[in-house]
Amino acid sequence: MYIVEVKNITKNFKDTVAVDDISFEVGQGELFGLIGPDGAGKTTLFRMLTTLLKPMSGYAKVLGFDIVKDYKKIRKHVGYMPGRFSLYQDLSVEENLKFFATIFGTTIEENYDLIKDIYILLEPFKKRKAGKLSGGMKQKLALCCALIHKPDVLFLDEPTTGVDPVSRNEFWEMLRKLKEQGITILVSTPYMDEASLCDRVALMQKGKTLSIDTPENIISRFKKPLFAISSENQYSLMQNLLAYENRDTIYPFGDFLHYTDKRENVSTDEIMKYIESLNCKKITVKSIKPNIEDCFMALMEEN
Amino acid sequence: MRTILFILRKEFLQIFRNKAMIPIIFFMPVFQLLILSNAATYEIKNIRFSVVDLDQSRFSRELVSKFTSTGYFILTENSFSVSEAEEGFRKNTSKLVLNIPQDFEKNYRKNGKAELQAVINAEDGSAAGIIYNYTSNIIQQFASGVVTEWTGLPEAEKSPVINISYSNWFNPELDYKTYMVPGILVALVSMVGVFLSGMNIVKEKEIGTIEQLNVTPIKKGQFIIGKLMPFWIIGIFELAFGMTLGFFIFSVPMLGSPFLILIVAGIYLLVILGMGLFISTFTNTQQQAMFIAWFFFVIFMLMGGIFTPIESMPDWAQTMTLFNPIAHFSRAMRMIMLKGSGLQDILKTLYILGAYAVVMLTFAVIRYRKVEG
Repeated sequence: MYIVEVKNITKNFKDTVAVDDISFEVGQGELFGLIGPDGAGKTTLFRMLTTLLKPMSGYAKVLGFDIVKDYKKIRKHVGYMPGRFSLYQDLSVEENLKFFATIFGTTIEENYDLIKDIYILLEPFKKRKAGKLSGGMKQKLALCCALIHKPDVLFLDEPTTGVDPVSRNEFWEMLRKLKEQGITILVSTPYMDEASLCDRVALMQKGKTLSIDTPENIISRFKKPLFAISSENQYSLMQNLLAYENRDTIYPFGDFLHYTDKRENVSTDEIMKYIESLNCKKITVKSIKPNIEDCFMALMEEN
Repeated sequence: MRTILFILRKEFLQIFRNKAMIPIIFFMPVFQLLILSNAATYEIKNIRFSVVDLDQSRFSRELVSKFTSTGYFILTENSFSVSEAEEGFRKNTSKLVLNIPQDFEKNYRKNGKAELQAVINAEDGSAAGIIYNYTSNIIQQFASGVVTEWTGLPEAEKSPVINISYSNWFNPELDYKTYMVPGILVALVSMVGVFLSGMNIVKEKEIGTIEQLNVTPIKKGQFIIGKLMPFWIIGIFELAFGMTLGFFIFSVPMLGSPFLILIVAGIYLLVILGMGLFISTFTNTQQQAMFIAWFFFVIFMLMGGIFTPIESMPDWAQTMTLFNPIAHFSRAMRMIMLKGSGLQDILKTLYILGAYAVVMLTFAVIRYRKVEG
């Protein structure tokens, strides 16, 4: 049995299609990532899976329960962490946790094992109001509250958005540990670099899935040689390469331009030669391995 | 059942952590009773008036001193020109101009009849009415006094007059505090009910906590009870506190049973809390909820007979008060406090409020949903 099963699910808000005919399955103990920019439909999908929103067509099952008919059963067994901090700002860390434990009919002590690693970091601040915590702390508290009833599956909607890089790494480390304890996790993120931390990912764009696979498989499907190019003046280089007849794709990536060529078996030297002919200075051209973002861009282009 | 307790505990924790809450609960009743019951009265004192005395006789001077000696009127200006005196209206230095024509005394002695003119500033209609009543009373008294003095006969024999003797039941001194305090208590309870409850639920939406709460096994009914009950308790407490203040500090009579009042209030609060919940189902921010609640609250208050008698409203407005919970509650409240009415006397009001509560809550509960379309 799949832990989460989504079949041809569609959701419209008036004229805009937020989620467009999406299907996928998540198995027991998987860490599944929904990756895509803002407006890709990640939150809408999560809200449907957590029974807050009804789909227009298609169906989905969580733990074998239908999200429309058996929503009450689902609510007992899932943990949900909305994108926006949704705990009581005027209650302390401890009070928030206690409240969510009690309404699920459990206690902090009963499931302390599950949250121990995270809660230890929060313990020094347990009397502090949730509203007065830093972003990283808020996120840890939210995770604790989503875990306190020992859910079978966790839905984390953009948990790392607006969190500093150190806390982000910490957070993924926590997710890895939770996964080891057998909890199935669905996580959404707009950060492509987080894709490689998931077992499998669904790349999403405008309500559709572009590709659903392991990060490795998605990357291995990127067949073309990829080059990272930089020079003194990136802007004019970009303009020139855009005008180049052999150019296939070009995207700026931090300090480099990621470039693919229309010709097969094109070498670094050939590209180098062309760029030198443009009177550019301090040129570097190197052959690189594609990352998820390159794949995302390529998939976007195809669609 | 235990879930409700957990929600209640959380709500009370939040309510009492809110810095504005304690002052609202304890100081608001004291201030409202203190200020409103003393300020909101129909008695007008210190009415400034000017006199245009063209007669300059003993009669005219006596008449003017009759006005000033009542303690209600203050003479601000004596002049010989009507237009000059009326200038005082525009400057807001006088509310009444008394024009005493020439030969006022002479005409009276000769014909037993004399005329004089009172011009009243009627910007504020109800104040003008009261000033008119005072004025005509004083002139009447003056006239009959003069008759007695000049004819030497007792006034009753001079002209047949029907003497009406008044007797004001239930509020013999026509003390406005006695009338106002029950009304203010009604306003107080209503405010707690409509504003605090509606805002409290919308706040969960606004801050986003409702998202988290909705993905829990909390049932709709548990959530609603957990949200409304604290304000029901606070409302009842508020009323009991206010009644105690009214009884001991303002000496407002409590002829009936205070427990009966609390029973009526308990049902009334269900209506009002239902309204608050209903408003919260179609608003997304506390600001929206506040405006809509104000809209209804002002209409219900002004048409509920707290400040102006329902009997003085036009027929259509009187019919409308049938649907105004504040009107029913304030009437029952005054009946019990001032007349000592018992359960039997207010049974009809109880039924109406009860029906209202059922309708309002059913509506609100149906509209409130955890899942969106």
